[in-house]
Amino acid sequence: MTSKRITGGLGLLLGVGLAAGQAMALEGDAERGQAAAGTCVACHQADGSGMNVPGGESWPRLAGMDADYIAKQLHDFKGGRRQNASMMAFANMLDDQQIADVAAYYSEMPVTAAQGGDVDDVLLARGEQLALRGDWDQYIVSCKSCHGPRNEGVGDTFPGIASQHAGYIEKQLRAWQADERGNDPQNLMGAIAKRMSDEDITAVAAWLASQAVASE
Amino acid sequence: MKLNRTTLAVASATVVAGISLAASAETLHPAVETLVEMGYPAPLEGELVHIPPTMADLEASDLHPETKQVIRRGYDLFTNTQQLRGENVYNDMNCSSCHLGEGRQPFSAPVWAAAVTLPNYRGKNDHVNNLEERIAGCFAYSMNGVPPEYGSDDMLALTAYHQWLAKGAPMYPDQPIYGRGFPAPDRPDELSYENGEALYVENCAICHSEDGSGYYQNGEYVFPPPWGDGSNNWGAGIVRVHTAAGFIKNNMPLGQPLSLSDQEAWDIAYYMSSQERPQDPRYTGDVAETLERFGPSFHRTSLYGQEGPNGEILADHANWGEKGDEVKPWNIGQPRFKELKAQ
Repeated sequence: MTSKRITGGLGLLLGVGLAAGQAMALEGDAERGQAAAGTCVACHQADGSGMNVPGGESWPRLAGMDADYIAKQLHDFKGGRRQNASMMAFANMLDDQQIADVAAYYSEMPVTAAQGGDVDDVLLARGEQLALRGDWDQYIVSCKSCHGPRNEGVGDTFPGIASQHAGYIEKQLRAWQADERGNDPQNLMGAIAKRMSDEDITAVAAWLASQAVASE
Repeated sequence: MKLNRTTLAVASATVVAGISLAASAETLHPAVETLVEMGYPAPLEGELVHIPPTMADLEASDLHPETKQVIRRGYDLFTNTQQLRGENVYNDMNCSSCHLGEGRQPFSAPVWAAAVTLPNYRGKNDHVNNLEERIAGCFAYSMNGVPPEYGSDDMLALTAYHQWLAKGAPMYPDQPIYGRGFPAPDRPDELSYENGEALYVENCAICHSEDGSGYYQNGEYVFPPPWGDGSNNWGAGIVRVHTAAGFIKNNMPLGQPLSLSDQEAWDIAYYMSSQERPQDPRYTGDVAETLERFGPSFHRTSLYGQEGPNGEILADHANWGEKGDEVKPWNIGQPRFKELKAQ
């Protein structure tokens, strides 16, 4: 119920457009999604765990992510609101129903462990601080204030970031800093990412990757 | 002034927690520099600028281990007040829902100020309040609850956290305090409910929900509700429209303070303040009578007892929210120092 309400608000305020708004409301079918996800497994793996690629482009874990969040990202890749050459091509191969199906398929998988973020204890402690308390002296609010008490995600708007690959989180935060990603509602992530130092980004990505998410 | 500069120099060299100094352009603390860069006013000459210590500073301090434990407990209560749900708290709020940055943040009613300015006379209840009574007021109104008892473990822990945050600040300061309260932007000539509603949907609803119920997920607090049964009751300071406007302008949307114009902040505050919430614990049983009694000291700047958006009178009800029944805050109308007053 509540998540639908947030979807409604999101569509309205982003001007996502009627077509996309309707598509996001499509009921996904995980079984059909498995069939449609044939091209996804090469990078995101059969268990949805994705892969941390040190120094390269890490592929995010999709397992256990919110279905509507996944669907929105796919629509955003298709519509050019989120930039990624390979994802744009793959998303373009999916119609609205397939997007809903694939999203349902991955959302039902148990959350897998994340890799990356091999940092020292000092940096890990800094990461924990940013994730749980923030650094208000830099006006960096904590991750958990939007991503939820354990950073496991809130509704369909704020994705789970605990147990996500460090390389992926780093890359995304840097993309927001550089205005290369901007499909977040109201620039909520962008505003904060721009206040983070390189070290902050490395630290918080490492700490989040180190967090296990209990399966329901 | 020269002394202050020395203090800061020492502080930055040794990371001393709890720095206070009178404002001087040359000695801006990095935290204040961040604020000024973001568009907050710079401290005025002579204003008291206090940088409260952090929890990391607490660990590094020489305080007795048991004292640290109690301050940690106070921090935990402040940031997760929901653990007192059903006992002292009957809504979906934490202290830190409104006092951002764990009570340390300027322009977000930093709570250390209470620790250095109380005991003091308070118009809201017409007598001298100490820190405990001030915190009790937050429970009675903002948490729509029943305050922990004076001297109880929880009250002691909360006051200890407040006083820890005030470390190094002068007691009963003569100077005005930089970033105190929720300073309201200039009130525009006209306030628009319709505009406020549209702005709320556009800027606030994504977290706080279109119906104002905030967001609770799997039984856990995520985003606080700006109105309704899960919100503060009609007696909380933030029901005053200027206070709500000050909170919004200086703190919302989270991470993007000062991004709304003064008019926008006021319109959203007006819209939010026109919605229903649990009854003011000072309710006499009659909204007009309550307004008459507490108008001069409080409700003259709220919409209590005024005509609401649908023509109904706001707060004309005996809905106490989850609290279920009326709980009179004992600090209202309680005679204090009768003998002294009689003199």
